[in-house]
Amino acid sequence: MTSMRPMPEGQVGRSVPRLEGRQKVTGRADYTHNLVLPGMLHIKVFRSTVAHGRILSIDTSAAAEMEGVYRVVTGEDIRQLVPNPYYGPAFHDQPVLALDKVRYVGEPVAVVLAADPYVAAEAVQLISAEYEELEPVFDEVEAVSSRTFVHDVLKPAGTFPDLKHLHGRQNTNVALDYRLRRGDVDAAFAAADHVFEHEFRTQQTMHTPLEPIVSLAEPGDQSLTIYTASQSPSFVRIEIARLLGWPENRVRVKVPHLGGGFGAKLYIKLEALVACLALMVRRPVRLSLTMEEQFYTITKHASTFRIKSAVNKDGRITGRRCEVYYNGGAYADIGPRVAQKSGFTSPGPYDIENVSVDSHEVYTNRPPAGALRGFGIPQLVWAYESHTDLIARELKIDPIEFRQKNLIREGRPQATGTPVRHAALSGVLDTLAERMNWSKSFDRGTGTVRRGRGIAIGLKASIAPTTSVAIVNVSGDGSSTLYMSTVDMGQGSDTAMAQIVAETLGIATESVKVIRPDTDVTPYDMATLGSRSTFHMGHAVKRAAEHARNQLEELARSLGLPEGTNYGPKELFKQKYGMQAGNIVGVGSFIPEYKSPDPETGLTDNVTPFWMVGGTGVEIEVDTETGLVKILRMVNAADLGRPLNPKIVETQLSGAALMQLGFTMFEKMEFDNGQVSNASFADYKIPGIHDVPLTIENHIVEAEQVTGPFAAKGVGESATFGVSPAIASAIHDAVGVRLTELPLSAEAVFNAIKASGEKD
Amino acid sequence: METGAREIQFTLNGRSVTALVESHLDLVDLLRRYQLFGARESCGLGLCGCCTVILNGQAVSGCLTLAQLVDGKDVRTVEDLDADGNLSPVQQAFIEEGAFQCGFCTPGFILMTHDLLKRHPDPEDEQIRHHLSGNLCRCATYPEIVRAVKNAAARIRAAGAPAGAA
Repeated sequence: MTSMRPMPEGQVGRSVPRLEGRQKVTGRADYTHNLVLPGMLHIKVFRSTVAHGRILSIDTSAAAEMEGVYRVVTGEDIRQLVPNPYYGPAFHDQPVLALDKVRYVGEPVAVVLAADPYVAAEAVQLISAEYEELEPVFDEVEAVSSRTFVHDVLKPAGTFPDLKHLHGRQNTNVALDYRLRRGDVDAAFAAADHVFEHEFRTQQTMHTPLEPIVSLAEPGDQSLTIYTASQSPSFVRIEIARLLGWPENRVRVKVPHLGGGFGAKLYIKLEALVACLALMVRRPVRLSLTMEEQFYTITKHASTFRIKSAVNKDGRITGRRCEVYYNGGAYADIGPRVAQKSGFTSPGPYDIENVSVDSHEVYTNRPPAGALRGFGIPQLVWAYESHTDLIARELKIDPIEFRQKNLIREGRPQATGTPVRHAALSGVLDTLAERMNWSKSFDRGTGTVRRGRGIAIGLKASIAPTTSVAIVNVSGDGSSTLYMSTVDMGQGSDTAMAQIVAETLGIATESVKVIRPDTDVTPYDMATLGSRSTFHMGHAVKRAAEHARNQLEELARSLGLPEGTNYGPKELFKQKYGMQAGNIVGVGSFIPEYKSPDPETGLTDNVTPFWMVGGTGVEIEVDTETGLVKILRMVNAADLGRPLNPKIVETQLSGAALMQLGFTMFEKMEFDNGQVSNASFADYKIPGIHDVPLTIENHIVEAEQVTGPFAAKGVGESATFGVSPAIASAIHDAVGVRLTELPLSAEAVFNAIKASGEKD
Repeated sequence: METGAREIQFTLNGRSVTALVESHLDLVDLLRRYQLFGARESCGLGLCGCCTVILNGQAVSGCLTLAQLVDGKDVRTVEDLDADGNLSPVQQAFIEEGAFQCGFCTPGFILMTHDLLKRHPDPEDEQIRHHLSGNLCRCATYPEIVRAVKNAAARIRAAGAPAGAA
């Protein structure tokens, strides 16, 4: 399709079906999972059986002798290739394979390579290791004052300025101690009419993308190609080049479609290991994790949040102290950013004069924790909105009225001092109240079936300062190709970005080809995370398309065509070159403005380029004899600016809320002395089709992010925010008990009902 | 390592094929040798439905089916549905309703929807949920999937034809 086609109107805002739809419904979509390279060796991993210990010896002899085994490799072998084989986005703390110590059960200690994966798996069983066991620490609050230290010394990567002060620090498990001080919180408590204090906890969970984490590496002549299911190809390239001491251009990272990501496939997961192994054995290698192994690779932070509020007699919150502890597990991954980026919104979407925040990322001997759809925010909203409801209940104020009274109004400062603009907090809350018929009376049931309802709302900042670059190529026949490193893991970014190109160039979205990330071809992007692509990459893509359009207009002028000529690109090229030839390349980049928080106070007047707002309301039924909670109705609402593709946006809202429903109601990694005891779908249940609420509604709250591309902003996480506290509040409304720890399992609800009965 | 390999013959998407198969090989890995990646192992326990394959007209978990056991049988995969170059009504409905995100679980849902509509051409919501309860979608695109099943049923009824080849 070319410019000969009549120019379609309104590409942005149209519910264009996903561009890759046909490939996905026919089973022919390209995933790293499918990739087979000629002569490749399969890798299987031997993992630590102790939570914390010094490695005394590793016996690989029997495995190495097994027929069909190509090679067995340990951490010491890796150290021969890479003298300092530690990686990570925030800290260089994670070894490619365990060195000197193991820090959690399931940590990779050695690998077997074989042409037959079954041989490799069997050989792994022949490896044994001896450890001098050390005292482990598992709890995030205990780890702050524990005499057990997961790491001997802290090694910040140097990328983030607010981690530099931790360099060389010893005898601590705290990998970030973010603080924010605004006003005088002690004075607010002293002067308050009411003071409320609660503690809330969340459990460790796992993303469980259905395409398990997988990477391949292929050595070339002075080069290396990594094929990986990654959300951050640019980071992989830079980090692998750093480890090897190579220039970036010798490392190529290619990413096809992802079978789900949700934050699990960020930064380095298997890439450093496959890179080293491919260079050692000089053959292509492949490592594809099992579902079980994913639980030993990356998880969502367990957390503890102590929250204390000063409230005056009119129901205004005048002061709030937040102490947040994120359980980072054995390696920091991106955890310190979670503690900082989410920490500064821990006082919630409320206009509070006096605020104190201490947000900690803490090392423990659990599997590492990183980003998971919400980047720490769902853990915080769970706590601050549960706290909000408890205050409203105590003061006998309607929970929506109490929130409306305290919400940050347009232009007023958030806790960091950054003004909140283009954030439809009131709009989201009003939508929930209206759709829930909040002002009408509600039937709370009788006997053993009780009913309740609850709502909650949350606020999230975006990621800054981060860079996105895009290229739009208009070919000789006028067809257009978009080159970018945003990874479509199901969120629909390929389609949305093609819509931006199409709108700008006046062509049909379906005619735009999107090139999948390939660092030899597609330009830099920080990563696909934190709902940043629509805004950040959206701007870069729009600028690249505008740059191409400007050059086409320039070309028309240079050919002496009158202004406003309706010659399409094809005709322009033909006139210039005398045949179908040539092309025009538009380049665009975007980096939002940002001002680092003051290290002492945490304050800044520009902490984020935009705010995400999301909320949920639920009506539920509780069986008081079993504690079983049934969600009768779920209403999700979010401000995402103007939707680029309303249908995909609605699916994003619904999917995010249902994923968070799993983290709220039943998902929980169980541990036995550091060993995950339910690392499979037999024992770790994720939401199935029967877990979907009987009625689910998703509302796009009418709003414009005037600073966004086509007034749009990100949406992937917003509907996770309110789910957990809304349900806990509805349970409280139904049966009068308040749960303060996730998940809200039938057992937990039943025990709480029983305990409250015994109290009465 | 003793592999217990033996030769088997079976029908793969309507074509008779012969393969030398080790005793431990599962059906998903056998299909990969034919460049068929629509059935894919995810949970490895037969609990997620990503590896759904139609064996003698019956939906099975490919990851739990030993490859040698398909000897003499009829094996159909999602790739068979558009063998003539046209999407099945179920596939068209999934696209129209936007009933997938990452797409990794989609072939399993589509094969199970074909299976459902053969038995129940006009299914109730509860029948849909029951029949698809063995398939997991981590993107949780379930509401859209239920709509797609109904959309597909309507398409098939309108065309007056039975559900697709599987």
